[in-house]
Amino acid sequence: MSVPNGSPTELQEFRDGVRSWLRSHAPATMPTGADLIPEAKKYQAALFDAGYAGITWPTDVGGQGLSPAYQQVFSDEAAAYEVPTHPFTIGMGMCGPTVNDLGTQEQRTSYLPRLLSGEDIWCQLFSEPGAGSDVASLQTKAVLDGDAWVVNGQKVWTTNAQWADFGALLARTDPDQRKHKGLTMFILDMHAPGVTVRPLKDMSGRAPFNEVYFDDVRIPVDAVIGEVNAGWNAAVTMLGHERVSIGATRKPKSSPLEFASLVALAKDHGVAGDPAQRERLAELFAHERVLELFNVRMRQETMAGNPPGARGSVAKLAGALLLRKAIETAGQIAASDTIAWEPGDTRSAELALGINSAPSSSIAGGTNEVQHNIIGERILGLPKEPQVDRDIPFRELKVGTQRG
Amino acid sequence: MQLVLDPEQQELRSAVRKFLADQAPSARVRAAMESADGFDRELWRRMATELGLLGLAVGEQYDGAGAGHVERAIVQEELGRALAPSPFLGSAVLATDTLLALDDEAARADLLPRMVAGELIAAVAVAEGSGAWDRTGGATTASRSGDSWALDGTKTAVVAGDVADVLLVLASTPGQDGGSSSPGWFRVDASASGVTRTTLTTLDPTRRLAKIAFAGAPATALTSSDAAAALDLVADLAAVALAAEQIGGLERSLEMATDYAKVRVQFGRQIGSYQAVKHGLADIYSDWEQGLSALRYASWAADHARDELPLAAALVATYVGPAYFRAGTLNVQYHGGIGYTWEHDAHLYYKRAKSTELLFGSPAQHRARLADRLGV
Repeated sequence: MSVPNGSPTELQEFRDGVRSWLRSHAPATMPTGADLIPEAKKYQAALFDAGYAGITWPTDVGGQGLSPAYQQVFSDEAAAYEVPTHPFTIGMGMCGPTVNDLGTQEQRTSYLPRLLSGEDIWCQLFSEPGAGSDVASLQTKAVLDGDAWVVNGQKVWTTNAQWADFGALLARTDPDQRKHKGLTMFILDMHAPGVTVRPLKDMSGRAPFNEVYFDDVRIPVDAVIGEVNAGWNAAVTMLGHERVSIGATRKPKSSPLEFASLVALAKDHGVAGDPAQRERLAELFAHERVLELFNVRMRQETMAGNPPGARGSVAKLAGALLLRKAIETAGQIAASDTIAWEPGDTRSAELALGINSAPSSSIAGGTNEVQHNIIGERILGLPKEPQVDRDIPFRELKVGTQRG
Repeated sequence: MQLVLDPEQQELRSAVRKFLADQAPSARVRAAMESADGFDRELWRRMATELGLLGLAVGEQYDGAGAGHVERAIVQEELGRALAPSPFLGSAVLATDTLLALDDEAARADLLPRMVAGELIAAVAVAEGSGAWDRTGGATTASRSGDSWALDGTKTAVVAGDVADVLLVLASTPGQDGGSSSPGWFRVDASASGVTRTTLTTLDPTRRLAKIAFAGAPATALTSSDAAAALDLVADLAAVALAAEQIGGLERSLEMATDYAKVRVQFGRQIGSYQAVKHGLADIYSDWEQGLSALRYASWAADHARDELPLAAALVATYVGPAYFRAGTLNVQYHGGIGYTWEHDAHLYYKRAKSTELLFGSPAQHRARLADRLGV
């Protein structure tokens, strides 16, 4: 289906509408704690009612059927606000588009409108302790038993699982096939018996992720997304949406590791005039600014009808590397104040949290190494490494806890 | 802010790329760099007359195309890709911008049309000693005798200084009535008595630089309301043009290394399949995407947001130079032994990368200037 890109006048009218809607509807403060989910659902419902949910999604599932240029306009305008949409990002950015691409008409029309209108929260159940970058080596298994698949296993690093109503689950349905061939993607009811969600405390001390355990969980046969044993195709489709989704994410308005914060830090430490510190700050600014400009350029290309595709990997990789540079600069400026501070010194605490959270950007959503491979293979067209496990039945491989 | 080329600009790029692919292939580049002039005069003539490239950022009243710095940056990118030796940076960038930045209408009307037509080459002489640009005019002095001026001193690293017909020189002028000296711009005929030019031996064989000594050389003062401010503008525009050249060379280095990594087989596999090589190439690609975005921004600012130009120029100078040299280094590296031969072109990019990284100051100086402009 071809979608009109939108003339400059049409886009401007759309922008004016978005701007005035946000001004009157964006919540004044970010809800927290027990208020988060009810408020987030309320805001998503308001977006849906206003016609700003699923801007590029087809109209038969409740979307607006508009081009990515319209989505870009909305994202540009919304970036000025802090709004509680993050419980929906996995559903809106990854699971929903995949169900839309590969789901049956019944799946599309029963799940997608509820997602857009804020009734359901989704999570993605891919990563396992033994299957990170090599997702296709996952061990969670689903065995057909009459009219249902019975699932056993464990997922990890699952964002939003603590709130989720549904999950897109990737499980092994045929271990006698090669590892990419015996997988199936399911829609899992997160409230079904046998699903256990436990918070996972990460190295920053917070628990934004979860572990999810499956103990004889029954999934009806009509909950397969796409075909049985074609789950890898579905996963590739979803990871493609994930890249676009991450690439389009804009950083929060202020971070303790951004240039402006580190200039303030240098001034407070009385080292802002030191030639070596000035050079470090200038170098950091340059890297921060060129990445920003690259993101602007990608957005302008999207507006002109050329979405960035795999080039989103450049933004993700550069962002992760920028954080490392910023950590180095922060330590050079604040020296031992980076590692010990008075109780109540919130800035030092925030800086420490920034330092301790940074490794996440180099790992989550595809490691730096995987991003390098994506750039090398999909953009530059370099050959893949030979994959020694590609043509061997999964049952015979050394993966996770399985020793072939 | 406009960071995407419009269809006309894309067409310009294709036309220049095709022209240079036909007219400045490696063999012609090497012949030009080894020739007496160090550049291909026939190529230069055709760039001026057939393609009209020398006056893209010059107004129509001086026979220019009245386009802008985005367009000129496109030409510089392509010249950087092809490595075609030419006086473009010296004459169509530095000297052209200097004339436009000064307030000497007579000099503009006299020189610019001939420069645009490729009939006259001009060069800008500012740097002394280590090559850094001194806003005061440095140790070169201008002395007045009646209506005429004479210059004494030595300028170095003059881009296209070896082949220029006219030199635009920044010199220190004596203060009025015993006041302090101030910088002033002067026009000197390169063949005048008292002008001694030495073609320097350069790291980069595709770009010649000259040392020019003035010993009582006759000069004409160029009218200027603020000589130092004009220099700042010229330096910023030159930084943008140089970054364009670097981005073009960076892109070509990446292409060469990538193409080779796809065909070179060692240990039974194409070397581009090894992550050590693949990831290095991905890093260069990432540098190129970001550097190109910064370049588009800086050239847009040169045309449409002059108040943003000083920061944008310092930004590209800081980021793009080192990025090009990384690419130039890895291009030689990934070619291995063949990349280290004189016969292969990889070294030409490596040398151009290093020479452009340092042409207008060291990376540390660029970072310090960026910090100044950020108010840090």
